[in-house]
Amino acid sequence: MDVIYHYDGSFEGFLSCVFDSYAHKEIPAGFCSGEDGVFSLFNSRTVLTDPDHAARVLQKVAALSPEAAVLLRRGFLTCLSEKELHLFQVVAKLLREGPGFLRNRSDETLYPVIRAVQHLNGEVHLLKGFVRFSDLGGVLGGEIEPKNRVLPVLGGHFSARFHNERFFLYDRTHKEALFHVPGQSVIRPLADFQMAPPDKTEARYRLLWKRFYDTIAIKERENPRLRMSNMPKRYWGTMTEFQGAEHFIPRTSPGAVSGPGAPAGISAPGTPPPPGPSAPGSGP
Amino acid sequence: MDVLEKLTVLTDAAKYDAACTSSGGTRTAKKGYIGNTSTASAGCCHTFSADGRCVTLLKVLLTNRCVYDCKYCVNRRSNDTRRAAFTPEELADLTIQFYRRNYIEGLFLSSGVFRSPDYTTELMIRCLALLREQYRFNGYIHAKAIPGTAPELVERLGFLADRLSVNIELPSEAGLNSLAPDKTKGAILAPMRQIQTRNRQSREELVKYRHAPRFAPAGQSTQLIVGATRDTDFHILRLTQGLYDRYGLKRVFYSAYVPVVEHALLPAKDVKPPLLREHRLYQADWLLRFYGFRAEELLDEGTQDFDTRVDPKCSWALAHLDFFPVEVNTAAYETLLRIPGVGVTSARRILSARRVGPLHIDNLKKLGVVMKRAQYFLTASGKMAEGLRFTPDSVLRGLIAAERPLLPQQEAVQLSLFDPAETA
Repeated sequence: MDVIYHYDGSFEGFLSCVFDSYAHKEIPAGFCSGEDGVFSLFNSRTVLTDPDHAARVLQKVAALSPEAAVLLRRGFLTCLSEKELHLFQVVAKLLREGPGFLRNRSDETLYPVIRAVQHLNGEVHLLKGFVRFSDLGGVLGGEIEPKNRVLPVLGGHFSARFHNERFFLYDRTHKEALFHVPGQSVIRPLADFQMAPPDKTEARYRLLWKRFYDTIAIKERENPRLRMSNMPKRYWGTMTEFQGAEHFIPRTSPGAVSGPGAPAGISAPGTPPPPGPSAPGSGP
Repeated sequence: MDVLEKLTVLTDAAKYDAACTSSGGTRTAKKGYIGNTSTASAGCCHTFSADGRCVTLLKVLLTNRCVYDCKYCVNRRSNDTRRAAFTPEELADLTIQFYRRNYIEGLFLSSGVFRSPDYTTELMIRCLALLREQYRFNGYIHAKAIPGTAPELVERLGFLADRLSVNIELPSEAGLNSLAPDKTKGAILAPMRQIQTRNRQSREELVKYRHAPRFAPAGQSTQLIVGATRDTDFHILRLTQGLYDRYGLKRVFYSAYVPVVEHALLPAKDVKPPLLREHRLYQADWLLRFYGFRAEELLDEGTQDFDTRVDPKCSWALAHLDFFPVEVNTAAYETLLRIPGVGVTSARRILSARRVGPLHIDNLKKLGVVMKRAQYFLTASGKMAEGLRFTPDSVLRGLIAAERPLLPQQEAVQLSLFDPAETA
């Protein structure tokens, strides 16, 4: 019998689904989270997130293979379409056959998940370099527009590097932000955000950087295709060196931005973030 | 002159240096300091300039004033160009502010020779000390050691920087004598040897005392200019191999010579930089460092330059067809690495996957093998790719066609002039 599992969209919720599917001895035909549940010909089961069940599933997986647990965590952050189903199949195969198949990347159950995780890792690696922060009165703020949910992975990197700073990093695609103060960082949903215009000092450093970027290229070696393959255009939207003239003009009236107290630079509600082409769920 | 103008002049003067890596550092974040150097083992690119090259570090000269008169260099004293110099405070502020905004991974500080090598190095030391000690910068620093600097100063520089480099620039003594009369081979190699020895000592001390200071923990590198002199690829590659073997260098960079000046001894100003040649040298460099090849296997007295049509590894494979096909289920790691289209990563994946069960041709693509190239050179469970028929001639055509989309555009156009195979 085909059953669709409805859950809250969290990682623990997904693990609870795995637990319930074994408890009911049934194989889910699909997963639905949040609002996007549609009535269909399938039967459905609503799974309530149970931290205890989730922990037991993860413990079992980690006992069979610690790498599989990591793969599961990372895989859940990817934009692989029907990621829950793919991850469920990996868990099912692991419980059925043991961890041997994890060594064979070309295994048909494993391959799509590994590819998706690789896509995530690649995006994280590029963004470690491509993220741009602005100094908003002592607080650093940046924006990204990734395909995968990179913040949980990327956050660790920036929290270590800028551990003494206060900063936030907004994910336009998934509408959430990482907030960091010395010694503590959290990820919170944030529906709406727009970066405040720069003050004089900030505009000056942006200009210095833009000038450096334009000067470092060797004219005789110009190669737009190589640049594009190393740095796909979808990242350019949030990078200082590719912004138009207005990005480098300081705001005239001081005090237009909220101070460094509550996350600085967050605009009044109602101002939509700039449109972005990427959407979660578009596969790698 | 304001900082924006200085930055323009001193970036423009530094742009021909190829090295821009942040690899090899493992310094984690430190309380009260800003930054770390442990992004990834392969380093981290923060952007790519219009020429497609990675920008990792703030790459500038401390000053472009220079007492030397190296013919190939834009900063030579006889060149009529604008001169500028950063103050240590200006440069430290730029580095920190760029770093906080995540524009860069650190600083790459080089300099023209102002007054003397010792005087210049002292200026660089003052600058780096300010950055490390007062601004508490814990990120990556790559510093140039200038040939002819006193060993005590190189020593101080090494404790401030993560990586040091001494540029050889011209790959032969004859080239040095004619184009860089102020430099000698001995003066270049002496600091390289010193850096190597000191780096080794420092690592030994570190085993005994956990807090022993680290001397250039990310090692040293150098750069060779390709195309300014008549040196062959074979000569350059053997020099490279010697540097890896005997001086323990982390990297050798190649820089296609961009004609910036008119001089009887140099290529004319309208000559294009030899980008394809530079590309082939980098490919060969990788074969030396990661694939267990020796320079003498790739080139010899008879063939002194690389085939421009195919990469060095394919070129080697075509000359050693009796070595192939390789059976992927039984071959040793070193043998797998010799197959064109199989790299370090895919070879490791093959080793891991074949422990689970025998591999077939269909598995290989998913393991990351580039079948367009590899198909001619391997079997899986005794079988080649289905329907594959070829002669040595058609293999060559196939390999050329497989690589073409990956080459720099202008090179691909050049190639098609003498490449009859449009579809292979």
